[in-house]
Amino acid sequence: MMNVVYFAWVRERIGLPQEQVDTNAATVADLVEELKSREDRYEAAFADISALRVALDQELADFDASLVGVNEVAFFPPMTGG
Amino acid sequence: MTVRVQSEPFDAGAELNRFAQGRNDVGAVVSFTGVVRDTDGNLQEMQIEHYPGMTEAAIAKIVQDATTRWGLADALVIHRYGGLTPGAPIMMVATAAAHRSAAFEAADFLMDYLKSRAPFWKKEITSDGESWVAAKDADENALKRW
Repeated sequence: MMNVVYFAWVRERIGLPQEQVDTNAATVADLVEELKSREDRYEAAFADISALRVALDQELADFDASLVGVNEVAFFPPMTGG
Repeated sequence: MTVRVQSEPFDAGAELNRFAQGRNDVGAVVSFTGVVRDTDGNLQEMQIEHYPGMTEAAIAKIVQDATTRWGLADALVIHRYGGLTPGAPIMMVATAAAHRSAAFEAADFLMDYLKSRAPFWKKEITSDGESWVAAKDADENALKRW
């Protein structure tokens, strides 16, 4: 099981702050495809992944990164701190 | 080095007075305070969301990088989350070094990285509705300076 976390408008479009996902996805991109095939709200959130960022176990990563050994995946828009 | 992520307001003046006290090797202290700006005169609230855990770790790494690169004697970052009203302080950084160029540059570096690499997201609630603040290309490009 993978803990999947969403922030900002990704969270709003999907309608959840986080969920446990039963997945065998090898990479982040594979997980995104799995989620998109579930329901329209995921399709809406992940329509343009160039507008998204991903963190694996709370460190920024790329969409082609492996999910081996990863416990938590977070999806969010580009950060606006400061 | 001090990193605080909090919902409560902070007193930038009091924080600055406490910062790097008792360090006789410090010749320069620089600080920056970010404030909620009401650009169009209709902002009711700025809501700041963050990623607990990653936020603290990401800021600590940015501060560590700055400390090493500029040989800082001390550094402080405070960043708020939650609902903030116009005019409220959002965040502050302070740097202490032997000389001013290091303190200024390190503070500038910290701000550039906090903008684009610390997991915060801002939403503006105005009398006309609500919208997420979009990241600017200029903010991402600013990182290339370093």
